[in-house]
Amino acid sequence: MRGTSPTRRAPLLAIYATLVFAFIYLPIVVLILYSFNRDGVGGFPPRQLTLDWYRQLFADGPLWDSVLNSLLVACGAVALSLALGLLAALALDRASFPGKALFRRLVLLPLILPGIITGLSLLMFVVFAGMQLSLLTVFLGHGTALISVATTEIFAGLQKLDRAQEEASLDLGATPWRTFWRITLPNLRLSLIAAGLLIFTLSMDEIAVTFFLLGRDNTLPLEIWARLRRGITPEINAISTLIFAVSVALIIVWYRIRMRSVGSGAQQLLERP
Amino acid sequence: MYSRTYKTIVAAPPLLWVGLFLLLPYTLMFAHSFWAVQDGTLVHHWNLANYQKLFTNPLYAGVLFRTMRIAASVTLCSLLLGYPLAYYLSFHSGTRKELLYQLVIVPLWVSYLVRGYAWKTILGSDGVLNGFLQYFHFTHAPVGFLLYSPFAVVLMLTHIYTPFVFLPIYASIEHIPRSLVEASQDLGAGPAPTFFRVILPLSMPGLLAGATFAFVLSLGDFLAPLLVGGSSGTMIANIVQTLFGASYDWPLGAAISVCILVITLSLLFLTERLEKRWSFK
Repeated sequence: MRGTSPTRRAPLLAIYATLVFAFIYLPIVVLILYSFNRDGVGGFPPRQLTLDWYRQLFADGPLWDSVLNSLLVACGAVALSLALGLLAALALDRASFPGKALFRRLVLLPLILPGIITGLSLLMFVVFAGMQLSLLTVFLGHGTALISVATTEIFAGLQKLDRAQEEASLDLGATPWRTFWRITLPNLRLSLIAAGLLIFTLSMDEIAVTFFLLGRDNTLPLEIWARLRRGITPEINAISTLIFAVSVALIIVWYRIRMRSVGSGAQQLLERP
Repeated sequence: MYSRTYKTIVAAPPLLWVGLFLLLPYTLMFAHSFWAVQDGTLVHHWNLANYQKLFTNPLYAGVLFRTMRIAASVTLCSLLLGYPLAYYLSFHSGTRKELLYQLVIVPLWVSYLVRGYAWKTILGSDGVLNGFLQYFHFTHAPVGFLLYSPFAVVLMLTHIYTPFVFLPIYASIEHIPRSLVEASQDLGAGPAPTFFRVILPLSMPGLLAGATFAFVLSLGDFLAPLLVGGSSGTMIANIVQTLFGASYDWPLGAAISVCILVITLSLLFLTERLEKRWSFK
């Protein structure tokens, strides 16, 4: 009977909750609205709806280059952090080794620390190792920082895994390698897809770490950032609206998968920051 | 059940990777904070001068203090918005609970930059809010203090962290056995005593987790001040960022970063302790 027992009417609380929702959504609504405003950002009320800013956006070469860069980095980061996150989750679930507690904390650290700390540490490492700043270093940064997300998600999936299936497979003579490919991995499929989508979204949006690891080629958020410093135009509203639409679409897909796989792993992740 | 080889194959790559790309960089940051810059180049002279500068120069202490104040305000505001929302959803939203929950989640994954930018367009002197105020003749000249102030930073960060704070609080309120709430009411406690003596203490772990999250992430934020803070909204991470960029004093920047790191980790340690004390078994 969860959530129904002390249900009396609470009109004041309902109004308050509505206001909080308004606070959360108002900026996003304003942003979208003004992406269709002929007279630019600001002024009230918005008049003369237009699609000009979107037309301008689609003709904007450098911006789409940065989108491509972001996609490259994000895909690389997904592959890297999923591979290492899977192994890390398996290690945390099944192996015991000296320094395991430290390892667990270290992996999760980028999730908890402000991005600037992780970004700067990696910058010092890159300079120390004599590497050039480029999209490659951004990819390394994203991939490494997001192992935390992959590990948490996949670990939650492993906890729900039925060990008996693996035992049966091994007892019936399959090699550990075969058991991994035929039993463990297929069972983790949904966790892997959910984690991948989440990492993709986070990487596409990452600024704090990217800020310090960027070479000459901009990622999308940093390209927008650079333009913001020069002044604001509704073209930025237009691209932001598109980013918002894509994020929402990805979230819906992510959530559907999440509901089918492990339930509330995302909350677990946020419950213990 | 798993062989030694299996465990080694599984554990070795992430251990090596994390050692090389996380532990080593964090250690390098720590080492840098004890080094120095001479004639524009980094020299590996071990010394404590950076920390000395940090604790004696009132500029750094002042900005650090302001940063803590902003982070505390953000935490408080997010709690004031997030807690009642979580309480409402858990106890009073009835059949719309699932939908409303999703509505809180959606902005959580929407671009930080997009949301920050939205506030910039709203608060500016030619912004939407000023246009609105003048259109309805609340003011005749644009109100200037909205953007480029600590207020704007607190507003923007509160907007970003309210859903983050909401989530763990909601989860812990949902986990409170409803029988306890009923027992309290059956025994004659009114709504207020039931809230303060049953619900609030039992939701403390979630509240602490959310508060820590908001505080720690605000503490290290340098983008919100750049976007909407102006010079009066400068925070400690902005100083670090300048030291690593234009001013080229990595050791001092590293020392400040280590300070942020120490504050963060001790806070996490503390709240983890507190959460264990409060958690309901």
